[in-house]
Amino acid sequence: MRNLAGFILIFTLPGLLLAQPDVEEILKRIDQQMVTESSEATATMVITNRRGRETRITSRSWSQGEATSLVEYLSPAREKGVKMLRLDDVLWMYSPQADRVIQISGHMLRQSVSGSDLSYEDMVDNGKLLDIYDAALVGEDVFMDRPCYLLRLRVKEGVKDIAYAQRKVWVDKTRYLPLKEERYAKDGTTLLKNFEIREVMKIGDRWYPKEMYFKDVLAKGQGTRYIVDDIKFGVDIPDFIFTKASLRE
Amino acid sequence: MFQFLMKGMLRDRHRSLLPSIVVTLGVFLTVFMYAYMKGIMGDMLNNSARMESGHVKITSLAYRGEVDILPNDLAMEDGAGMLVMLRNNYPELSWSERLKFGGLLDAFDENRETRAQVGVGGIGIDFFGPDDADRTRWDLETGLRAGTLPQQSGDILMAELLAKQMEISVGDDVTLISATVNGSMSLQNFHVAGLIHFGTPPLDRSMIMADIGDVKQMLDMGDWSSEILGFFPLSYYDDALAAALVDTFNTMHCDPLFMDNDSMAFVANLEHDEHIDRFAPYMVTMLDDSNMREYYGYTTKAGSIVSMVMIFAMGIVLWNTGLMGAIRRYAEMGLRLAVGESKGHVYRSLIIESIGVGVLGTLIGTAMGLAASYWLQEVGINFGDMMNNGTMLMPTIVRARITPEAFYIGFFPGVLATLLGAALSGLRIFKRDTSSLFKELET
Repeated sequence: MRNLAGFILIFTLPGLLLAQPDVEEILKRIDQQMVTESSEATATMVITNRRGRETRITSRSWSQGEATSLVEYLSPAREKGVKMLRLDDVLWMYSPQADRVIQISGHMLRQSVSGSDLSYEDMVDNGKLLDIYDAALVGEDVFMDRPCYLLRLRVKEGVKDIAYAQRKVWVDKTRYLPLKEERYAKDGTTLLKNFEIREVMKIGDRWYPKEMYFKDVLAKGQGTRYIVDDIKFGVDIPDFIFTKASLRE
Repeated sequence: MFQFLMKGMLRDRHRSLLPSIVVTLGVFLTVFMYAYMKGIMGDMLNNSARMESGHVKITSLAYRGEVDILPNDLAMEDGAGMLVMLRNNYPELSWSERLKFGGLLDAFDENRETRAQVGVGGIGIDFFGPDDADRTRWDLETGLRAGTLPQQSGDILMAELLAKQMEISVGDDVTLISATVNGSMSLQNFHVAGLIHFGTPPLDRSMIMADIGDVKQMLDMGDWSSEILGFFPLSYYDDALAAALVDTFNTMHCDPLFMDNDSMAFVANLEHDEHIDRFAPYMVTMLDDSNMREYYGYTTKAGSIVSMVMIFAMGIVLWNTGLMGAIRRYAEMGLRLAVGESKGHVYRSLIIESIGVGVLGTLIGTAMGLAASYWLQEVGINFGDMMNNGTMLMPTIVRARITPEAFYIGFFPGVLATLLGAALSGLRIFKRDTSSLFKELET
C-alpha cells in the first residue's frame, strides 16, 4: 500500500508542480497590462466627502513609461487648470489661481489628492511590480466571480521610498489584472489602503481597468471611484509636455 | 476715653508706630498677593477667551467631535444666518466669527520659485465688516510692529518672528498652501500688509491673520462657519452665566442625546447615524471648550489656599505684634492697676488701642496694596524674554487684578489678628494680684 502511494506521488508530483504558475511570470503579465509605453486618457474621479456629498473631478492625462506623467484638471471650475507633473520621483503641482509651481515633497506626498482616497505618494508609486516586489503565491480565491491567484508581495531589499511595503493581491487568472489589493505598511499588518478594479475594458489585446475604487482605511469617508472615460495607448507625446515650463502654458 | 487713648498712642511711638508699620506691611502684602493671584488667573482666562475660545463657543456637533484637528469640512452651514440669529436673540453678548486653519506659507523669489517654506497656523477674523469688536479684542494696533492692518482683500498680518525667520518684509507677496474643505490642495497668494507681535510665543513663531472672507474663499467654504464665539461684556467670564446660556441654547438647537454627553468620542461615533443632525449648532463654555474646567477649579482652589495661607501667616505675625505690644507694657499695666484703675478698664483700653492700630495699619496697608496692585494691573511686568521658547498660550505680561474683595480682604489679618493678639495677651491683666503690684514694680 505504501509502495502504491509512493508510486502515485512520484508520477503525479511533476504534474502538480507544472500546474503552479511562475510568480514572476504573473507579475510580469500584470505589468504588461497596467504599465504602458505611452498613453493619453481622460478620467473622472468621484469623491464622496464626509458630508455624503459627491464631487466629480475630470482630468486629462499623458504618460510616458513608468515615471513620467502629466495630469491636468478640466473640471470643476475651481480645479480647472490645476496640473500635476511627475518626473521620476519628483512631483510638481501648478495652480493657475496663484500662478505658482510647487514641488510636492516630504509629508505632503502623503496628503490626499483633491480630497480623494489617493495620495500624491500613490501617484508617484506606480512602477513595475516586478522591479519593486518579491512575490509569493499564497493561494487562490474568487473575487467578483473571477478566479484569482492570491499573491503576497514584499518590497525587495534595497528598494526605498515605497508607500506600501507589503501588498496582498488578487490577480485575475486569465486577464492578469490585479482585481483587488490590500496595501500594508512596513509591519505587514497595518492595512493602509484597499483597491479594487470594479469594471474592466478591452483595448486591442490589452485588458485595462475601466473603473477603480480606492479606500484609504485610515481616513473617514466613503472611498473614491476612478473611472477611465477614454484611453489611447502608444500615442506620440511631445517632450515639451513633460517639462516644468509647460505647466504654465 | 478714645481721644485720651489716641493721644497716648501718638505720643508714645512704641505703642503706635512699630505695630502700625507691621500691620501696614502685613496688610499690604496680603492685598497685593491677592490681587496678583487674581491677575494671573484672570489673564490666563482672558487670553484663552480672546485668542481661542471666547466665553462661549458655538460649533457644529461634528466639528466639536474632532475639534483638535480643526475639521473645517464639518462646519455649520448658513453661518451668516446663525450670526444674525445670535445677535438678535442674545444681544447681551458680543458675537464674532472665527476661522482657524493650517498650512504651509511659501515665500518665493523673482522667478516665483520657492525660497522658504514654513508650516503656519492661521486665524481668519472679520477685518472689513462694520462690527469691529473682534478687531478691538485682539488689540492689533498695539502689537503692530511694521506696516498696517489689512486694508483690502488679500492682505494678511504676519507674526514678526515668523517674517524674520522667512526673510519676509511688509509689501511682499507670499503663497499659502492649504487644503479646501473638499480636500483639494489650495494655493492662494496673499500680500503681507503688516508685521505683528502677538505677545504670546507660540503665536509669534507661526501665526498669520487674514480676513475671514479671504480664508473662506481659499478653503472653498462658501457661507459655512466653523466657530462663532460669544463674549460677555467687560471681558469678564462668569461661569454660572455661561453654563445657563449653554443649557438654554443647546436645549433649543440640539438633539437631547447630546445634553448629557458631549464627549468628543461620543460625538465622533455618531458619524453614521442618519437620524442625528451632526451639523446642528452646539454651544460650550470656555472652560469646557479648552478643557480648562479642571485646571480652573484647581487653580481657583490653589489661589484660595495661597490667599488663606497668606492671611493666616499675616494673622500670626500681627497677632504676635499685639501680643508683644501688650507684654512690653507689663509694667505700665501694673502701675495703672496699682493707682486704682480697674482691670476691666485697662483691658478695654488695650482692646480699643489694638483696634485703632489695626484699623490705621489696615487702611494704610490696603491703600498701599491697592496702589501697587493698580500699577501692576495697568503697567504689568513683561516676562517675554523668559518665555521665548514657551509653547503654552500664556500672556508674556503679568498683571494684577483689583477685585472688590481686594478692598476688604486686608481687614481680616489687619484688624482681627491684632485684636486677637491684644485680647489674648491682655488676659494676663486679670491674673495679676493687686496686693503684690508694688512689689512687682520695685523690681
